[in-house]
Amino acid sequence: MITEIDAALLEKIADLTGKPEGAFNIRKDSGCEARQSTEHIEITPKTDKPGIDIRIKAGTKGEACHIPVIISKTGLREMVYNDFYVGDDCDVEIVAGCGIHNSGCDESRHDGVHTFYIGKNSHVHYSEKHYGEDGDGADGKNVMNPQTIVYLGENSSMQMDTVQIRGIDSTKRFTKFVCEKRAEAVLTERLLTHGAQSATSEVEIELNGEDSKARVISRSVAQGTSSQVFYPRMVGNARCFGHTQCDSIIMDHANIRSIPEISANSTDAQLIHEAAIGKIAGDQLLKLQTLGLTEEEAEDTILKGFLA
Amino acid sequence: MLELKDICYHVSAADGEADILKHIDMEIPDHKLIVFTGPNGGGKTTLAKIIMGLVKPTAGRIFWNGQDITALGITERARLGISYGFQQPPRFKGITVHDLLVLAAGQDKLSKEQCCQYLTRVGLCANDYMDREVDVSLSGGEVKRIEIATILARHSDLMIFDEPEAGIDLWSFARLTETFEQIHRRKESTMIIISHQERIIQLADEIIVVAGGQIAHRGSTEEIFPLILADTLGTCPVLTKEEQRS
Repeated sequence: MITEIDAALLEKIADLTGKPEGAFNIRKDSGCEARQSTEHIEITPKTDKPGIDIRIKAGTKGEACHIPVIISKTGLREMVYNDFYVGDDCDVEIVAGCGIHNSGCDESRHDGVHTFYIGKNSHVHYSEKHYGEDGDGADGKNVMNPQTIVYLGENSSMQMDTVQIRGIDSTKRFTKFVCEKRAEAVLTERLLTHGAQSATSEVEIELNGEDSKARVISRSVAQGTSSQVFYPRMVGNARCFGHTQCDSIIMDHANIRSIPEISANSTDAQLIHEAAIGKIAGDQLLKLQTLGLTEEEAEDTILKGFLA
Repeated sequence: MLELKDICYHVSAADGEADILKHIDMEIPDHKLIVFTGPNGGGKTTLAKIIMGLVKPTAGRIFWNGQDITALGITERARLGISYGFQQPPRFKGITVHDLLVLAAGQDKLSKEQCCQYLTRVGLCANDYMDREVDVSLSGGEVKRIEIATILARHSDLMIFDEPEAGIDLWSFARLTETFEQIHRRKESTMIIISHQERIIQLADEIIVVAGGQIAHRGSTEEIFPLILADTLGTCPVLTKEEQRS
């Protein structure tokens, strides 16, 4: 049964209000709350391990598939495997995400491995929002360790957007793209940690096919005593183009490490990385104050814009 | 009306002490267009920043419409109708021109027409700029014009512009002077413009020459402009030599 808390979580992580249209699978506290397949998108449970298989027929266009996960039991730990098989000539949207409402003092933890096998000439927009909250007086840790592995077929592309703003005490993210000929991977990552939270994001992109492309745009804010580590790696094995951009705002007593790596195994590989860490500039705060905002409002506006 | 009474700004640093502003008294009546001019390092920007609250004076009082605002911060002064266009405006990753205009206007929403109006007045096309981020992708001149547009969007009673012409091309500059002239003619706002541009100086009701931390001259354009020319000529060795030869 979807409670008020569950509904609020679903709205936060997947913009879902009421019953979603199209294909969906709502996982709640390690069980299946609701599932629906469509003519073109079939969702079936795995028989050998926890998780689902999502098969999208060739030629499917303009359809969306929602697969949110919610955890409202304190102390629940799960490891889930979801595999996506996207046929040729598709253009689809996949919305994943995990929300934890921890009302106790035990650690709630969701580990998920999403593997995408994308055919030729397809485009997938994949978004993943992570959100956690504690119930009144509860202090159980919220932990999420997502892995996403994407095999992009010839001439296919994926736009992957990940958002984790507050609420997750510990996260270790691993994202991997393997790009064939003319395939394009675009990854945007938005992260805000506070308190004593820690987050690690490791990205590995293999540009194997001729004229494959990849772009990583990571923006993060670390507040309190939180710590973040970014490790984007890009490998060019053919004529390809790759660009990594990691920008972080550091506040309070936080710690951020950004370690981009580019490596080329072809003379035609063109790879760029940029990484920057800095505090909010004083002149930005002053400018917004001259527009009538308080210092706190100015800071909030700068952070919201940066993470938008 | 803006009143400055005995404003001083004194700084102490490891390598010595300096009086940046020395006992400045000034009254600026409503709806006047005043130009602050003078040599670099003379104290113009510090004086303007003291009015906005960006710099705290070490002595003296500031009154705005009869209210003593000396102890008020930037935000409070902004809310009382004082605005400030920076000489080198900051850039913001992720904040669009539209976002900045909405913040400046202090409204939840701002119609495209309104944004278009503000941007047109600084020589920018709204369609090209509304959704662009105010980041490093914009040129210095573009950021500067967006900065001025945010001041227009505030509709404040006192607008301070620090060298609005800096980094702006001739065509946009002509549009900008028209805008200043229009605000002045319609008595929309009191304006203090820090400038060295003859075209802006010609628009002023009064010119205040700030040099060496003091008001060196104050008067109408007709009175002061010849003095500025004489001063600048006097400090240029090449020009003065030519004059002696002729």
